[in-house]
Amino acid sequence: MSGEEFVPLSLTPLLIGTFAAIACALPGNFLVLRKQALIGDAISHVVLPGIVVAFLLTGAISTWPMMLGAAGAAVVAVVMIEAIRRLGQIEPGAAMGVVFTTMFAGGVLLLEQTDTSTVHLDVEHALYGNLESLIWLDATGWSSVLDVQALAGLPPELPRIALTLAGVILFTWLFWRPLKISTFDEGFARTIGIRTGVLGMALVITAAIAAVAAFDAVGSIIVIAMFICPPAAARMMTNRLESQIAWSVLFATVSAMSGYVLAGYGPLWLGGADAVSAAGMIATVSGLLLALAAVFGPCRTRAGAPGGA
Amino acid sequence: MLELATVQGVSVEEQGVDYSPLAIRGLTVSYGQKPAVFSVDMAVQPGAMTAIIGPNGAGKSTLLKAALGIVSPLSGLVTVFGQPLEDQRARIAYVPQRASVDWDFPTRVIDVVLMGLSRQLGLLGRVRARHMARAMDCLNRVGMREFSDRQIGQLSGGQQQRVFLARALAQDADLYLLDEPFAGVDAATEKAIIAVLKSLKEAGKTVVVVHHDLATVTDYFDHVFLINTRKVAEGPVAQAFTAETLQAAYGGRLATAQIDQISRALG
Amino acid sequence: MLWQALTLQLGYNATLVAIGATLLGISAGVTGTFLFLRKRALVSDAISHATLPGVCLAFMALVAFGGDGRNLIGLLAGSALSAWVGLLCMNWLTRHTRLAEDAAIGAVLSVFFGFGVVLLTVIQSMGVGRQAGLEGFLLGSTAGMLWADALVIAVGGAATLALVMIIRRPMMMVAFDPEYAVARGLPMHRIDLMMMGLVMAVTVVGLKIVGLILIVALLIIPPVTARFWTDRSDRVVVLAGLVGGLAGYLGAALSASAPNLPTGPIIVLVSFGFFALSWLLAPVRGVLAAVLRHLRFQRRVHIRQGLLALAQGQKIYEPLTIRLLCRAGVVRADGVATEAGKACAAKALRDEKRWEIVRADQAHEATAALYDGLRDIETVLTRDQIAEIDRRIGGPQEVTS
Repeated sequence: MSGEEFVPLSLTPLLIGTFAAIACALPGNFLVLRKQALIGDAISHVVLPGIVVAFLLTGAISTWPMMLGAAGAAVVAVVMIEAIRRLGQIEPGAAMGVVFTTMFAGGVLLLEQTDTSTVHLDVEHALYGNLESLIWLDATGWSSVLDVQALAGLPPELPRIALTLAGVILFTWLFWRPLKISTFDEGFARTIGIRTGVLGMALVITAAIAAVAAFDAVGSIIVIAMFICPPAAARMMTNRLESQIAWSVLFATVSAMSGYVLAGYGPLWLGGADAVSAAGMIATVSGLLLALAAVFGPCRTRAGAPGGA
Repeated sequence: MLELATVQGVSVEEQGVDYSPLAIRGLTVSYGQKPAVFSVDMAVQPGAMTAIIGPNGAGKSTLLKAALGIVSPLSGLVTVFGQPLEDQRARIAYVPQRASVDWDFPTRVIDVVLMGLSRQLGLLGRVRARHMARAMDCLNRVGMREFSDRQIGQLSGGQQQRVFLARALAQDADLYLLDEPFAGVDAATEKAIIAVLKSLKEAGKTVVVVHHDLATVTDYFDHVFLINTRKVAEGPVAQAFTAETLQAAYGGRLATAQIDQISRALG
Repeated sequence: MLWQALTLQLGYNATLVAIGATLLGISAGVTGTFLFLRKRALVSDAISHATLPGVCLAFMALVAFGGDGRNLIGLLAGSALSAWVGLLCMNWLTRHTRLAEDAAIGAVLSVFFGFGVVLLTVIQSMGVGRQAGLEGFLLGSTAGMLWADALVIAVGGAATLALVMIIRRPMMMVAFDPEYAVARGLPMHRIDLMMMGLVMAVTVVGLKIVGLILIVALLIIPPVTARFWTDRSDRVVVLAGLVGGLAGYLGAALSASAPNLPTGPIIVLVSFGFFALSWLLAPVRGVLAAVLRHLRFQRRVHIRQGLLALAQGQKIYEPLTIRLLCRAGVVRADGVATEAGKACAAKALRDEKRWEIVRADQAHEATAALYDGLRDIETVLTRDQIAEIDRRIGGPQEVTS
């Protein structure tokens, strides 16, 4: 395919999909290791009410209020989950189930109650986004990448997700050591003065911000899939956290790229006419990668039970 | 009759308590409605090896965790070297119970030991050759040098315990707190651990160990702290570790035969 | 309007929906209880999301064979099949790889759902034009519910309920103590699978009314709500059914009473309302009760500790202790003990000494286990026993610190 076709139509969705996948996979590694994978699930459900409330308050679909609304909803959800778990003595899974389904139901209800027909805000969009539509019409070929005027016409989702990814990388890099220590051994982390509660909350907020930015571009299916599948697959490949992160980034990238390509061209190869959902396909590919890792990964089984003296 | 002293006039002994490596006053910790530790005072002797002893569920580990701020107490004050705990974190090293972490975690033995150096390394400091050498030296002291590249889940229970100890050594603390380090470990590990602890003591460090094996108390420790929800006795082994104090701490839970045996061993 | 809705006078369709939702609520609440007590509540999330590809495949198959793509029984059969596959994947991941259950749930949930969305877009491009109903399975759609649909839901719900009743004992045993159940020779994995099968049945039955994203709420919220009111597992089951049924009924009625009130979300919000009230107000496990109990307990601990410190002439360091003692009239504002306070302190110290004797004495082992630092010794020993202990102490006068 030539640059004239590739750059305007496929480059931006590919980049957006890949950045979103990596931004979610990075905090996902820690969520999976902390056995909080389903916090990712909960976050991706409560993004909807957060965005709807932000929309109701500001009356417009604008990025930053939506981001704030969704991050706020994630914090509210986590606080509610903790309140139910601790004060009500309910196991965490059930507490999560109560909170995110309720908040999601609230979001759907608010959406039905308000007139959002003029703006692009509906449940289906929230679930599977619209990666395919994020094209760069001002581009004429590879030369546009250096053309300031053409760059101004980039879909705003691209700089936004790029910025988010940069933020997520910064957070991971900056707090690498405390994150690693408190994930491995929370009691020890506290004795050396790490504020584990604050750090855990910061991780959830980072994940929420990644979720919102990704959600904005590609819908919430990718968010859950990328929080969990690449890190889970990476877990089967290595016994070192550093390499696990690298593997998860690789898996996220491969899922995003090949998922997008398969969604766009797969049906054509099979004789179909229309493309299928890219977000759905990316999630599917990440699942296939996980399946492969689970069957063939060198470190797929548990390494020794605790206390096997 | 009872002497009801008023609160003024802090005694000399109490001043000594203030500068103890670990001083606890009126500590009560409760899970739900039943206190695990009730109104306990403790003053750890500097430069000594102290065993915390008591029956199962007597609050031994809870006492340690509350002293470290891992669980929050209902009441009570903790000072470390006469200062609030938060200011003295760098001087404490803690070895948790082995069961408290996920041994399937993707990390190697050497990485765990390096965690002990995280205060020196700070947030972003690179691990340099001298850090590596220090971590390897700590592994060497517990006899685990050749395992440095293993994933931690591939070790035996005793080896895991030694790695935890190596991490604590890397912290280069003045006060070492260990929670049941001898539980479920092999004889070689027990020997290795006790040798390291004795060398710490010789270097002037203070060591506090939650311990469950009454038979080895006299061999390993010079101070004991007996607890059964309340403090039962505290002091040098010769004075505080007696048939009477054991009876008071364990009550019906320790067979008379066992107590006889121990008191015979005590002479 | 609401009254009419509650009394089922809003027409044929609203009545069908209300009856269907009530039945669904009952069977979801009862089935969900076992899942909740087994501490695997969120497995239902994976199961429900895994229904989507099945729904789509069933639709495609029905159309391919020239049938009506919206045949509810066909679609439900398809959804059950793919949910079952999802469940097996999840089980395999947790049993044969190092992944914990939460990661396995999340992986199955997202991948199956993602694949379902791919299939949805395939159906859209098939140009059959009759696919409009399928999106309804995401959030439920009760608008055009037919008599036949209601019948399927009613029969499915009743059958699930009956099955739960038949295998409730082994399920409860596995939920309560899996290891003991295995030791008794119960096939734990098979019982777990059966439990999941029942959850799947409820999910499938509920697709039409609340949709696959929100059915999870009906499986989780009623049991959690019921748990606040009782410690007996059989009562949790009954209460959860009651809460679920009531939420289904009220929710359906509410949603019929005004426009733009989608049935599924309203049912979920009503059940959350029940939950929130229980969480706050339940007599023993509720938050208000727990907080009050904790504060009272903390007060007792501080006062007791303060009395003991006074009796032993130790300094009291904690401001809260001093404040509480002051309020109780044990000490004056300047920290000096009152006469009554001295008496109380002496009594506290003597009781503590008595307890010491009791706890060191094998003969009192059962009593000693009751020690919690606060219990008055008179409540556990007779006057004679106390007198005997006092004799062994040798009188209160020689108590020193």
